[in-house]
Amino acid sequence: MLKYVLKRILMIIPVVIAVSLIVFFIMDFVPTDAAVTALGDGASDEQLEEYREAHGLNDPLLVRYVRYMAGVLRRDLGTSYANNMPVWDLFFKKFPTTLMLAASSVLVTVILSLPLGIIAAVKENTLVDTAASTLSFVGLAMPNFWLGLLLIILFSVKLGWLPSTGAASWKSFILPAFTCGTGNMAALTRTTRSAMLDVLKQDYLRTARSKGVSERRIIMKHALKNAQIPIVTMIGIQVSTLIGGAVLTERVFALPGVGSFLVDSILKSDFEVVTGFIIMLAIFVSVVLLIVDIVYAFLDPRIKAQYSKS
Amino acid sequence: MSIFKKLTRGNSEESLEKKRQKMDAAVEVENLVVQYVTSSETVEAVNGISFSLAKKHTLGLVGETGAGKTTAMLALMNMVPDPPGVVKSGTVKVNGLDMRQLTPAELQNVRGSEIAMIFQDPMTSLNPVMSVGEQIAESIILHRHLSEKEALEEAKKMLAMVGIDPNRVGEYPHQFSGGMRQRVGIAIALACNPTVLIADEPTSALDVTIQAQILRMMKDLKEKNDTSLIMITHDLGVVAELCDEVAVMYAGRIVEYGTLEEVFNQTKHPYTEGLFNSLPNINSRQQKLQPIPGLMPDPANLPKGCAFADRCAYATDACRSGDVHIQHFSDTHYAACSAYLDPAFHIQRGY
Repeated sequence: MLKYVLKRILMIIPVVIAVSLIVFFIMDFVPTDAAVTALGDGASDEQLEEYREAHGLNDPLLVRYVRYMAGVLRRDLGTSYANNMPVWDLFFKKFPTTLMLAASSVLVTVILSLPLGIIAAVKENTLVDTAASTLSFVGLAMPNFWLGLLLIILFSVKLGWLPSTGAASWKSFILPAFTCGTGNMAALTRTTRSAMLDVLKQDYLRTARSKGVSERRIIMKHALKNAQIPIVTMIGIQVSTLIGGAVLTERVFALPGVGSFLVDSILKSDFEVVTGFIIMLAIFVSVVLLIVDIVYAFLDPRIKAQYSKS
Repeated sequence: MSIFKKLTRGNSEESLEKKRQKMDAAVEVENLVVQYVTSSETVEAVNGISFSLAKKHTLGLVGETGAGKTTAMLALMNMVPDPPGVVKSGTVKVNGLDMRQLTPAELQNVRGSEIAMIFQDPMTSLNPVMSVGEQIAESIILHRHLSEKEALEEAKKMLAMVGIDPNRVGEYPHQFSGGMRQRVGIAIALACNPTVLIADEPTSALDVTIQAQILRMMKDLKEKNDTSLIMITHDLGVVAELCDEVAVMYAGRIVEYGTLEEVFNQTKHPYTEGLFNSLPNINSRQQKLQPIPGLMPDPANLPKGCAFADRCAYATDACRSGDVHIQHFSDTHYAACSAYLDPAFHIQRGY
């Protein structure tokens, strides 16, 4: 098991190299001159050339790439010209907000979707099933920014219960979490429903019933435990997407997260930030997927046995 | 266990005793009808079967796949999957309890403790993500009200009883072979020492050598625990080995019922005769096997009269219309066959 985890951690390295290479190449194709963006239109040719030499921009692409990646190992992702701050520091200033939003909105999704999916499966093809599916699709169909605005109007403006912008306290995350979380509801509800439907047909539930186990325990313990793998997979996918930044939600609620900062940086041609942020995000998404893989082993002894073998 | 749980459990145990009637037999089934109803068709799985099982006796329930054996036994535990299953009519009494009149809480109290079931396919009937110990301990916790720790100790004893190393209590089903899993299935069913045990083809998914082991073990355990056993099987050898009484089922009905002796040596129903004739005979190996021609009728579309008539060498027009005649040959032996309306009628076997 430990060997498997170590192997899985090592597998993050090629992923990061691949992602960084792609980002690096794309950034090289962008027809914006880093020297011009840094010094402004008024700079003379000599000044520009001096800047390029000083920052190694005239070196071949691969040389720059290797130099950059060596920097990454020293936690040096370059400097943002727009903010005049190390990119590393910028990332970790923005990331907690994004992580908090991701965690809270996944929490909302799970709290809403799991019961809906389970009920829909248990009451398959009844009105309850249809209602649960409809509800989750309403969540999917509502545009995020629109729902966000509606929530702000109701809870911030009319009722004054919750703040509408910023990330000052945990309260600031309630509305964004709902806005973001409902969007993911449909996928998780459907996944839960189909996973449960699969399991509910299994013979071992009949065995449990013949022992005198209550229906409630059969569903919540015997069935749900067997349906967890696809559910956890879906949650993992949703967390990784959210870590990449829920740009619209961050915008609507003026949350200083990674996603909207990344978009701003692209618009400002702040390429050091773009490259650095994407590499860091790739690392964190890999970590989330690693965690999901490890969680599998705890959910299913058969997977654990496989891990131990490999 | 929460106080609420304790209270509700106590209540259902008390109410159970109030509902219990005096009864000599362990199981009594009367005119049981079970159907699977979907929007497109109605499958008549069990069509009015009646039998009783005396205490400590073993009843063999014989018949081919689709004859309604398993459905009838699920109805015995009031566990017919609903939907689509519907118990249309009939009474099912286990230890004096009318199973169809019990509340869900009362049923949970009865299942596992008074009546338990061993299932056919050990590869699918165990929960893959729970250790075998947990699965055995679960019913012990439920019915014998032991703590988890005590129950696991009991589970170890159960494992030892069915011939598995008790130290494997924490292992999962995928770590066991088919025969071992069936032993676990038996340990689960016997964990609370039920008075009535249903075994649904417990050996049909196993190797022949393992079959014999499992059967012997079941026989020993049954005698040790004074259990009444219903053995579903299509293996007549198993019936001969284990059973006191035999019920032959065809298309949801019992077509012949009697003691082992009567059904085997004084076979009366043409279908039972067909079952015996389709067995290979070591003394005349040149002889071709004699399968029963044709197939069992679609239970969604049963013919009028005797369902076996189309495959029966003795069938007359009378067999294909009207109710099937029940001919009694002794207090314990009967066959559902209209041909016996003719006093001169007899089948070939045994003559």
